[in-house]
Amino acid sequence: MAAKKWPENWQNVNRGCVVFRPGSAGDYHTGSWRAQQPVWDNVKCIKCGLCYIVCPEGCISEGSDGYYSADLDYCKGCGICTHECWPRAIKMVEEG
Amino acid sequence: MSKRIGIEVAVAAAEAAALCRFDVAAVYPITPQSHVAEHLSNIVADGRIDAEFITVESEHSAMSAAMGASATGARVVTATSSQGLMYMHEVLPIASAMRLPIVMAIANRAVSGPLNILNDHSDIMPQRDSGWISLFAENGQEVVDMMIQAFKIAEHRDVQLPVNVNIDGFQLTHMVEPLEMPDQKEVDKFLPPYKPYATLHPDKPVSMGTFAMNDVYTEVMKAKDAALVNSKEVILAVWKEWEKRFGRAYEPIEGYRVKGAEILMLTMGSMGETAAVAIDELRKKGIPAGLLKMKLWRPFPFDELKKAVKGAKTLIVTDRAVSFGGPGGPVAGEVRSALYDQPTRPAIINEIIGLGGRDMMVEHFMEIVMKAAKAGRKKRKEAYEFYGVREA
Repeated sequence: MAAKKWPENWQNVNRGCVVFRPGSAGDYHTGSWRAQQPVWDNVKCIKCGLCYIVCPEGCISEGSDGYYSADLDYCKGCGICTHECWPRAIKMVEEG
Repeated sequence: MSKRIGIEVAVAAAEAAALCRFDVAAVYPITPQSHVAEHLSNIVADGRIDAEFITVESEHSAMSAAMGASATGARVVTATSSQGLMYMHEVLPIASAMRLPIVMAIANRAVSGPLNILNDHSDIMPQRDSGWISLFAENGQEVVDMMIQAFKIAEHRDVQLPVNVNIDGFQLTHMVEPLEMPDQKEVDKFLPPYKPYATLHPDKPVSMGTFAMNDVYTEVMKAKDAALVNSKEVILAVWKEWEKRFGRAYEPIEGYRVKGAEILMLTMGSMGETAAVAIDELRKKGIPAGLLKMKLWRPFPFDELKKAVKGAKTLIVTDRAVSFGGPGGPVAGEVRSALYDQPTRPAIINEIIGLGGRDMMVEHFMEIVMKAAKAGRKKRKEAYEFYGVREA
């Protein structure tokens, strides 16, 4: 799991795993669970934003051009966006 | 000055916690622990100490509330028994992983089924691996002393782990004994206010009970194990200090008439007293028997055990719980494992005794020892025995 810096050894584990830096949960990049990732075909996308609404992880956002993409640091590859996208603009693609 | 009073042991356990000036008690009543719960509630209701009593709806909630309170830096006490402890099981390893120094009195009682409310150790044994420090009291005085020692051990900067004090249900909890209640001033000197490592406070936010996957979980478990192992040094130091201040000595394994003993018997909890009388009788008959009373179950006293059994030909380990389909009783399993790599070791006999409140009298302990004396080092057919079981 990428970005977060782990304690180098067990002696460096904070007592009781207390995290002293508030708001640091975002550093934990949980996207490594993913087996497939969503890929958007913007020719088919009608910018309805349904994928943004249904994403249980809240990791889909609207770009400045009005199209959507997933933050792969947190996307678990659940495929709900793909399932719900009625113009069928999202495909799940195997991780490389 | 300490005062000797006639008091029920369960009530005395609550009084001992009050002497420690607990801040929060979160307790759900269950037989035979109920008098601890009721009396903790009385102490708070009467305003004798400045504390909160949380009336929870279950033991799972009791431990959860205790953890929340402890995380704010409060000194927390709870108590349970049997099914209540089993229901708490899910939360116990979290309390120790979060290094919350909660003190819990356990009125040991058999677990269902069949439903049974009497004493054995089948409730605490399944909690063995939950990362708590585990003490076993032999009599009412030890209950009082250990409840106070428990806070000091739990809150020590080098420990910060929850502690449970095991009190045999009914056999101890419901006895009225002449107990020496330490003086409040003396307890205050012994037990300074709790200084937590981290607290939940809006002025300085921290996260507790965090998420850790395969990339760090192993390190966290190693740190937890090291905390338990290292706690023994503090436990010994606290017991030394206790002896100096209050005049009563504590050891992980207390020996009774062990000098020249060829046959040793190991007990945990209140049965040590009955077994001690049996040892006296056996000695009168010229049988070289001695008794080991184990007071510290976790961290396991490996060195003390090895030292204690040196020179003995036979070690009878009594167990008050069963590891079904396993090595017999959990205590004997651990004792065997602890002595396995010793160059010389006694023959180990495992007697499972006193299940679900089955009474153990002096003559029963004598019979066990005499049978072992007769058998010598001859290997038994079974690795363990349900003592006194009615057989066809």
